[in-house]
Amino acid sequence: MSLGNNQQKDLTVACETCPAHNASHLRSLGIDMENSDYVVALAGNPNTGKSTVFNALTGLRQHTGNWPGKTVGRAEGGFSYGDNRYKLVDLPGTYSLLSTSFDEEIARDFILFGRPDVTLIVVDGTRLERNLNLTLQVLEITDRVVICLNLMDEVARHGLEIDERRLARDLGVPVVPTAARQRQGLDQLLQAIDDVATGRIACKPHRIKSESTAIRDAVNQITSMIEGLYPTMPNARWVALRLLDGDQQIANAFRMGDFSSYSLSSEDENRSATDLELKAAG
Amino acid sequence: MNNNVTVGEVLATAEQLRWQIGPEFHEQLMEDIYSDAARIAGRAVSKPGEKPRFDLDRTIDGLVTSRKWGFPLMIILFAAVFWITIVGANYPSQMLATILLDMLYPFLKELSATIGLPWWLDGILLDGMYLATAWVVSVMLPPMAIFFPLFTLLEDFGYLPRVAFNLDNVFKRSGAHGKQALSMMMGFGCNAAGIISTRVIDSPRERLIAIITNNFALCNGRWPTQILVATIFIGALVPSYLAGLVSALAVVAIAVLGVVLTFFVSASLSRSVLRGEVSTFSLELPPYRPPRFWQTIYTSLIDRTIFVLWRAIVFALPAGAIIWLISNVTVGETTIAEYMVNFLNPLGLLIGLNGIILVAYIVAIPANEIVIPTILMLTVMMAGLAGEGAGAGVIFEANSTAATETILRAGGWTLLTAICLMLFSLVHNPCSTTIYTAYKETGSKKWTALTALMPLALGFLITFVVAQVWRILSGLMT
Repeated sequence: MSLGNNQQKDLTVACETCPAHNASHLRSLGIDMENSDYVVALAGNPNTGKSTVFNALTGLRQHTGNWPGKTVGRAEGGFSYGDNRYKLVDLPGTYSLLSTSFDEEIARDFILFGRPDVTLIVVDGTRLERNLNLTLQVLEITDRVVICLNLMDEVARHGLEIDERRLARDLGVPVVPTAARQRQGLDQLLQAIDDVATGRIACKPHRIKSESTAIRDAVNQITSMIEGLYPTMPNARWVALRLLDGDQQIANAFRMGDFSSYSLSSEDENRSATDLELKAAG
Repeated sequence: MNNNVTVGEVLATAEQLRWQIGPEFHEQLMEDIYSDAARIAGRAVSKPGEKPRFDLDRTIDGLVTSRKWGFPLMIILFAAVFWITIVGANYPSQMLATILLDMLYPFLKELSATIGLPWWLDGILLDGMYLATAWVVSVMLPPMAIFFPLFTLLEDFGYLPRVAFNLDNVFKRSGAHGKQALSMMMGFGCNAAGIISTRVIDSPRERLIAIITNNFALCNGRWPTQILVATIFIGALVPSYLAGLVSALAVVAIAVLGVVLTFFVSASLSRSVLRGEVSTFSLELPPYRPPRFWQTIYTSLIDRTIFVLWRAIVFALPAGAIIWLISNVTVGETTIAEYMVNFLNPLGLLIGLNGIILVAYIVAIPANEIVIPTILMLTVMMAGLAGEGAGAGVIFEANSTAATETILRAGGWTLLTAICLMLFSLVHNPCSTTIYTAYKETGSKKWTALTALMPLALGFLITFVVAQVWRILSGLMT
């Protein structure tokens, strides 16, 4: 079948304006992180391929290896995509953000206080349930999240199928299946990061719903108190959870006024979203 | 409505509610997270086919982590890696030596004579710096270019966590952290890197133990020494078709001794200056993943081989100059090197070594890689080997193991010297980079001093005992 001249032209134009076309416009900037427009944090369980994703995007060669705990401290690199320059921060892999080990502290503090524009959670598709434990905790802290559903090659090898649309709906954030070692899915991943960073996609993250009425009531009470204090705080509910759990570090940060920057503005769009979630939960 | 709350009020209310709800809050919260995760995952994941490959992973795990086969398989696997390294490195090593030493070196000498370089500059640049560097490259590059990719392939495949799993129990009984197995594995590449990787250990006590004992993981700078000495002296004890295998086993034995010492010293530390509880942790055994072969080869060559080689060259250049200087600058009738060697000789002989080896270890504090070149050069000079080498202070063209052997035997080396050198190479002070890294990581002069000096003292002790027992036994037999 042949296309008319006009049709062909239309197709070319359509391709060039389609976001997916931009995808090949990744430029790895290595350690050049000057003038970055957005900061992306890279979180996830140990050994899910965070460093591989990091290397694929930044063109750096952080050593990767098939064992947990490979990344100690945090590594940073840059890349640009479309017109935007990004700084990517590779956080140590952790199973949770609740208990206090040094690694978890680094990861948590960066997501909480570093306030990245996007948190990219790398998830091992073959161990989805365990990986979601961390994901759900991150979703409590920040709503600007993209899930990189990695190791899809392994998922196929193990004869599993993952419905990523369903997952994205349930989690309320974009989910992109990838096989980072083979550089598959990176284009879509970059597009999703860009969409969330620039606000083209607004996330409505899943919030943990407690079975216990007593806990729900307590969380609601503390959350609304915190929001009264800091109207623009996007993660008041998570801080409330931590305070009720007796987390001394968060209590100290709270006491020292580490969150006080949220008290200045009167815009409180985030609050209403959180309240709605809670009411739905109640 | 809540506009007037203060930080203190929020905290007080939270504390009050915390008491009302009680300790089940944390458990309930975890349960909520887990059940949410289970529900969401359950909805997204389906498993249309039979479970074909999980079982393969399990079968492999059952074997490599079994009580019975775990350790033997581990030793066989590492012995195979070393054997491939030793046998495979031989030819490229000789080729490099031919190019760098037999062809390029005479050419450079001629060039320097033509342009009329002063003799001392010619000596420092060519006989000192160039030869030391050329030696390091020709001896170190081939084994590293084979060993590192092999090791990285094992790592990528997912074998290292299984090693940690196997060793966990022993570490625990030594009062150390199971993750120390991982930092130890890193130490087999480079002790400085191994010490940095102890950051995965949370407890300061267990982390210190891991830092102090990391030196017992035989690092890359010491592999060539082990391999060379084992090839010359241990391999020579058996028929030639067995030589490669026996040499490899001797090197493995030294590496295993290092692991045993790690346990022993960890246990001693945790029962004396670093007493305390062993903390528990969970170690995930990751799925086996087929390594991306070429990419692994490429990155391990770039990341590790070139990196370590570059470091060796950076240290070999000034060391070459220093070796040349101490063996050419004379005080009275005697060179500085001769003074040092003569001074250290009695101590050296006491522990089965000699003065030359001890001087070499002082010169080689910045980098273990240059121990053998220094020994060779000093031996030639002290033994006054006529016809070998181009004159005093020249690290000459020991381009085959046979030539090296001639020199060492002429220098009075015996099987005992070889064994004691292999032991001392395993157990002595770490290189200066490692010491500096230990200082940066611990921030304490005291622990850094212990990290540096304890292995040295232990090395003297071990070689002393071995030398004395050896001499008594050989005295009895004659």
